[in-house]
Amino acid sequence: MARLYEQLDKDVRYKEGMKACMNCGVCTAICPAAEVSDYDPRRILNIVQERDEYALEELLKGDEIWRCGECLSCKTRCPRGNTPCYVIQALRGLSIETGFFIESEQGRKQLAIKRTVGDDILKYGYCIYIDEVDNETYPEQGPVWKWIRENRKSFLKRMGTSYGEMKAGTLRITAKESLEDLKRIFEETGGTARFEKIEKYSEARAKEMSKEFSHGKDEYWRSLYNE
Amino acid sequence: MKPRRNEIWSLYQKEISDNKYYFARSCIRQNFFPAAENLYLKILRNELEKDIFDDPRQTSCTGIAYHSGLIPMETIMTVVARQFALMNEAGYENFVVSCVTSFGIYVEMLETWKHFPETEKKTREALLRATGKSFNIPKNIVHASDIIYKYRKEIAAKSRYRLTNVLTGEPLKVVDHIGCHYAKIFPSHGIGGAEYPYVLAGLIDDWGGVQIDYPERRHCCGFGFRQYLLKSNRGYSLTNSKKKFDSMAPYKPDLIIANCPGCTFFLDRWQYVLAEQENITYGQGGHGIPVLTYEELAGLLLGYDPWDIGLQTHQVQSEPLLDKLGIIYDTSKKYSGLNGEELKTPEKIFTLKQ
Repeated sequence: MARLYEQLDKDVRYKEGMKACMNCGVCTAICPAAEVSDYDPRRILNIVQERDEYALEELLKGDEIWRCGECLSCKTRCPRGNTPCYVIQALRGLSIETGFFIESEQGRKQLAIKRTVGDDILKYGYCIYIDEVDNETYPEQGPVWKWIRENRKSFLKRMGTSYGEMKAGTLRITAKESLEDLKRIFEETGGTARFEKIEKYSEARAKEMSKEFSHGKDEYWRSLYNE
Repeated sequence: MKPRRNEIWSLYQKEISDNKYYFARSCIRQNFFPAAENLYLKILRNELEKDIFDDPRQTSCTGIAYHSGLIPMETIMTVVARQFALMNEAGYENFVVSCVTSFGIYVEMLETWKHFPETEKKTREALLRATGKSFNIPKNIVHASDIIYKYRKEIAAKSRYRLTNVLTGEPLKVVDHIGCHYAKIFPSHGIGGAEYPYVLAGLIDDWGGVQIDYPERRHCCGFGFRQYLLKSNRGYSLTNSKKKFDSMAPYKPDLIIANCPGCTFFLDRWQYVLAEQENITYGQGGHGIPVLTYEELAGLLLGYDPWDIGLQTHQVQSEPLLDKLGIIYDTSKKYSGLNGEELKTPEKIFTLKQ
């Protein structure tokens, strides 16, 4: 495997996001994630710019890089034109590529997102689709959402949507040709390989943890999603 | 002369094309506010007489997956390129984005291609191999709320109602919430920039309301992408929204408007959760503060029926706002289906007054 910094240097988000950090801490001061969790972008940028392979590996194996909310408030305020969030994006990508994501509790949760948002993109053409969003998985949706789902065939027509139809409009069925385009783009650009890598590493970890692992919302998925 | 603080927004202006738009839909809006995008298209076509194309071949930009750390940059870049190719094939040059996350994504990819031209070359090659398509860069790219802002005075001139409390004669107090990715990433692409965005404040000013300038006005709603998408991490999202509600509450807002699908959703649904879990309500008399999109507000003022434009799909109900605006509504139509089909009403909730 190429040394970690060799790989990181190739990522344009790292090049664009990490210029010369003077560690003023404005990013951490403005950061909504730093306020509510054990996350400190100032510390992360300081580690990354020291170019210590061991320290970088520890970051990739840890929870902290997964705590950013990607609001990008840090980009607006950095007085040196850095974008800590772009560095985080590059680190997250590298963590999955190297398989280090499986070492942290937060990193492992990528499987839960892959099996919801990731799979929905290739199935429906959109990151979210009403048929998959139930109140048990998303209880904050409340009774109005439950009511919409229960009555969706009639009510969504009243709202003027194209739900269940092959035509332009809201919530339409995405044509097979468009889904095929997405699938081929994912295959061509590493999206499919990324998904397969997440599944492969997760399967091995589920086995170690003696959790049932198959597909969809299996026991391993439920533990990642809920706990 | 240096502009005063409340005029700094005027330094940040951008070009917003005046017709012939290609419309890119939002994942979140389609689902959670299912009438909003159709209302937007109706306002543009019927009220403003614009040509806006709704392409059945389009897909998600995949931005939610990208910002959750799930897919490579090369993948989203190529999906974005396909959307541009579809726009070209349909004969349009002006790209209008329904979602703020997507708007940030499209602008970011264009900026990346500008600063790292080799990424554009690779994207073109990948798109061609995957789909046989090629693309031209859009002539103009804007967020959907930019067009409502551009034509805010025309909408005001056609409106039946103003943002005035008919019971007191006072202007309604309105919170504007701008999605982070509208201008925090690329301030020059937002009306008013990142610090003083005016894209929604301009609507409030021209439609008769008053802006609320509260301490946490620019704070994130707390979507956090992977933080919300996992039930175990969802407290992140709720905590950030609560911070905003606590900060705005002393100003007694009548209404919140947002230009981001996620923000509209979170500011609506977390009020329900805070009411049911913590017994906290932020509106008056045990109600919540209604959270509307920019086109829902435009639609109401233009005289559209609140139940035809989907206000009942919000968890915080809007009747107190309708009463203040002087809008007459028929409660019996609220929860009916297609062609007036009678449907049972949603389950009752305990604390948040409906």
